[in-house]
Order: sequence, then C-alpha cells, then structure tokens
Amino acid sequence: MNAWMTHLPVLPIAIPLLTGALLVLLKESRRKTRLALSVLSVLAQLVVAVQLVAVAAGAEPHVWPGGIAVYLVGDWPAPFGIVLVADRLAAVMLLLCSVLGLAALIYSTARWDRAGVYFLPLFQLLMMGLNGAFLTGDLFNLFVFFEVLLAASYGLMLHGSGEMRVSAGLHYIATNLVASFLLLIAIALVYGATGTLNMADLAIRAGQLAGPDRRLFETAAAILGVAFLIKAAAWPLNFWLPNAYASASPPVAAVFAIMTKVGVYALLRLGSLLLPTGAPAAFGGEWMFPLGLATLLFGTLGMLATQQAERLIGYCIIMSSGTLLAALGMPGVTLTGPALFYLITSVLALGAFYMLVEMIERTRSFGADVLAVSLEAFDLDDPESPDRSDDVVGVAIPAAMAFLGMAFICCALLVAGLPPLSGFVAKFSLLSAALQTSSTDTPSAAAWLLVATVLLSGLAGIIALTRTGIRLFWSAEDSVVPRLRVSEAAPVGVLLLGCLGLAIWAGPVMAYLNDTALSLDRPQAYVDSVFAREPVRKLGTEAP
Amino acid sequence: MEIILSIAIGILTASGVWLILRPRTFQFIMGLSLLSYAVNLFIFSMGRLRVGAAPVIDKTGDIDPALYTDPVPQALVLTAIVIGFATTALFLVVLLASRGFAGNDHVDGREADL
Repeated sequence: MNAWMTHLPVLPIAIPLLTGALLVLLKESRRKTRLALSVLSVLAQLVVAVQLVAVAAGAEPHVWPGGIAVYLVGDWPAPFGIVLVADRLAAVMLLLCSVLGLAALIYSTARWDRAGVYFLPLFQLLMMGLNGAFLTGDLFNLFVFFEVLLAASYGLMLHGSGEMRVSAGLHYIATNLVASFLLLIAIALVYGATGTLNMADLAIRAGQLAGPDRRLFETAAAILGVAFLIKAAAWPLNFWLPNAYASASPPVAAVFAIMTKVGVYALLRLGSLLLPTGAPAAFGGEWMFPLGLATLLFGTLGMLATQQAERLIGYCIIMSSGTLLAALGMPGVTLTGPALFYLITSVLALGAFYMLVEMIERTRSFGADVLAVSLEAFDLDDPESPDRSDDVVGVAIPAAMAFLGMAFICCALLVAGLPPLSGFVAKFSLLSAALQTSSTDTPSAAAWLLVATVLLSGLAGIIALTRTGIRLFWSAEDSVVPRLRVSEAAPVGVLLLGCLGLAIWAGPVMAYLNDTALSLDRPQAYVDSVFAREPVRKLGTEAP
Repeated sequence: MEIILSIAIGILTASGVWLILRPRTFQFIMGLSLLSYAVNLFIFSMGRLRVGAAPVIDKTGDIDPALYTDPVPQALVLTAIVIGFATTALFLVVLLASRGFAGNDHVDGREADL
C-alpha cells in the first residue's frame, strides 16, 4: 500500500504507456481482449486520478506533506532531474481527462475502433501525453509530452481516413508542427537566459534576472505564450480548429475537447509560477484579457454563422477557451476557481456533444442539416464514406429519439449557461466573481466588459443551438428512429449526469477549486515541496 | 563565430518561414525542414559556443567545470531532432495521402480560384 502511494504520481503516465505498448503487440483479431485491456487501463487511470485528488486535498500527509506529490523520475534531486508534480490543479485535470477518456473509449467500442488500425494504442498514448503534460514540472518535459499527445492526436485525427479528414488533418498537423517549433525556440531561450528548465527553479531564478538576460527571458516568455495560445485556440491563432474537430471521428473529437484546455492549463501553471516572483508578465492580464474577449467574440460569430452541427461545437470550444482566457486574464485570484469549474463543465458538455451529434445525424440523410441553398453555394459533396453508413446492429434502446432530444437540450443548456445544469452555476459564479474582483466598490470597466461579452455569447449560443435543434429534430421529414447501442448512449448520459452532479454538489466542488486557486496564488508551497523532495538513494553512495 | 552562426540561423529561418507560407505541400515540408534545422542550431547555441570542450564530465580526478561545455542543450537538441524528424516523416505521409485524394499538391486540396 505504501509503495502504491509513493509511486502514485507516475502511474497516470506508466499505465497508458505500458497498455499502449501491449496493445500494439496484440493481434487486431483479438478484439475482446484488446478492448477489455484498454477500458481497464483507463479505469485504472480514473482510480489513480481520484486518489491523487484526495492526496492533493491532504489525505496522505505522512507520505505527501502539504498535499503536493513530487516524484523524482530519475531519482535525481530537483533542479537536475525531471520531476512530476501532482498538486490540486494537476489532480483535477487528471480526473477530468480520465473521465472524458473513459466515456469516449466506451463510445468508440460500439464501432469506431474498427474504422482504422491502431485506434486503441493511439488512444492510450494520447491519454499518456495528456496526463504527462498535466503532471510534469519541467519545461522541456512539457514539450515532450505535448509532442506525445500531438503525435497520437495526428494519428487519431486521421482515424477512419477519407478526403475530408486528410485535408483537415493536413492543416491541423501543419499548424501544430509550427507551434511546436515556436515552443522549442522559447524553451531554448528560457534555458539560455536562466540556465534551468525546472519550473520551480525557474520561478526563483526568473525573478533575479536583470539587464539583457531579463529582456531575453521576456522574449522567451512571449514566444512561449504564443505557442500555448495556438494550442488553446485563441483568436487569431484558431482557424485550424473548427474544420479539424468537425472532421475527426466523434469519439476522437470528444477527447480533443480537452486538448485546447491543455494550452490553457500550461498558461495558468506557468503564469502562476512566474507572476508573483516579479518575473515578466507575458502571461498576465494585459494580453490574455483582450485576446480572450476577441476569442469569445470570434466563437460567438462563428456559432451564429455556421450551419453544420459539428462545426458549431468547434466554435463552442473556441468560445469556452475565450471565456477561460478572459477570466484568467482578469486581475486577482477570485476568478480562477469559477473559471476551473467552467472548464470542467465545458469539457464534459462538449465531449458529450460531439458523440451525441453523431448519433443524432444517423436519423438523417446527408446535408439535411444544411440549408439547400448553401449546399449548392458551397458545392458540398456527399461523403458516402464507409464509416458514415448506418449498418449498426444491436439492441435498440427504447425511446431513442426521446433520449437524443433530452441529451441535446441538456448540452444546449450547458453551453449557453442556463439553469438547472452546471453550466449556469459556472457562468453565474464566474460573473459574480468578476463583479466583486476589484477592491473598490464599483466593478472595473474590464469586469463589465467580461460580463457583457459572456452574456452576449450565451445569447448567441442559445440562438444557434435552438436553430440547430429545430433543424435536427423538428424539420425532419424522412427521419428514421436510429438504433442506438447502450455502449453509445451510456457515455453521453453519464457525462451529462456528471454535469447534473456538478450542479447539485456545486458547493464542495467549488470549495475544492477555490482552494486550488489559492494554492496557485501562493506558488511558494509548490516550489518548496519540489526542492524538499529527497532522492530515495542518497547521492554519492552508488557503486563506483 | 557567433556572427556566422546567427546569420546561418537567420537565413535558414527566413527561408523556412517563406516556404511555409507557400501554397504547395512540398514547399511547406521543405520549409518545415529548414525551420527545424534553424531551431536545432538555435537550441544548440543556447549552451554558449565553445570550441574544443567536451560535454561529458570525466569522473577521474578533480573536475573543473570551466573546462567543459554545457551538456544540457546537446541533450535537448538530440530529443528535438528525433521528435522533429518523426513528425516531419508523419507529415510526409499525410501529404502523400492528400495528394492521392485531391489529385494536386495544393495545401487546401484544390487550386485557388484566380
């Protein structure tokens, strides 16, 4: 039990890595074994993530004092070796990632895992990259995990093949490759200026820089910020997103819902570590707030303009990214807790939405959701690809249409932020925190701007989603009741129930997230626990 | 030496960026390769330029760090080369697939309307 506890932080990386390797070795014909193995692996990650959330709340003070689990991967002490750090923020993101991953994986077992080769190993590697990016405490290691998750996502993006996917995948891969080079340049500059890549060490050293080194570091921080903003899909760096996500297969798009949030996570993590030390504020409010607002407006306009349900969700993702960036760009920490709550809600809702839309579209023939005129104007072809066919065999669950309709309404409520689901709680707490944020009695102009933009985007969301809903459900003349498998309907239902649960237990969850925000505001604890961690084997005692 | 290296990195980057902004996939991948060379050289140069100094510390005897060059950027550049190589190769495959589907080598899969 103690060994399990001490090695807990590395398990979210080790489990999917080993499972992925094993899955490559297993023959495709042993489908049941492979599926069982994949699901077991993600379940194990879920268990570990739950445990880490408890640890971060201080459940195991004798193993992990202060609730921050620091794992020395190569058993070298802090600034020299690579560290994994599981604090509250990382634990919450891990939990979110494994919940979404489990839902998408179970959904894909119905038929999507057979649309191409190597779906299951790539899925595990994507989970590994995501978990690693959340856990790592080293800047270059962060780059490596970004590449792991991107490489897996390139494969998954093209899963199922077809002209549309390859064309969108080309743009997606090209954008991300260039972004990776930016990230590398920035990391090299950070190393050149400070001589360290350990994030905790960076928090100390960056504050002591002066003169040309400081200017170099500020340049590095700006390039780093651009690279992360590309991943976070901030305007004007987000034109790759709607097409890519809309053409990816639905379970893949569902997991991709958390990928933009990795960029937001990196900005939040580095921003929290660098800001209080007096380091340059490239991640700070003066850039993130206007960019967030612009992203929010771009997402809003995109939602109103688009006619295809999948693309609509892509713009919802952009909208949620914009809300997060704008909220995190506001001064003070009061908004961070509600912003994290919003992040969890939007990831769960949008992940469910992608899977739901694919089920809904089985009721219709191609192009029925696009106006006939625009179909002609844009010269769209019928992608009669094999993976779109409706030869689904299985037990039809009763009242399939009722389920689809209810689930669609839930998703729309969550995205628009209407009661009674957690989308409302998230947006309400976000806006009320924004209005209380300033120390003076009257809220600042920025706060009012944020409130106005978020409300406007919510309104646009309602309009766009209502329009889509009417077109999908009511105007269908030749609609057929689709045959849904339980393994397809259940993940969507569970994700939406999760959002309901978040609304019911909003108090405890929000308390946990507010503590997370406070711990981000005081990075000294993070830095101290990284340096306090002793290697298992004492230095200098190894055999010559 | 610093001047020559900076000029080399600058020319590689400029050519790479120009090629990346071109509409043909082949030009894009060429630009990507040039850019990756530039980035790798840049990472390498961040350990400061030293001639005739080893990065690996000899364990025997007293160690004077001034005699050695910084090994970390060399390790970083190795990782970056491997990752850049792998992702470029993957992009090449996607490029060929796109060529096969679309029948031309435009990045959008269709020629721009002139």
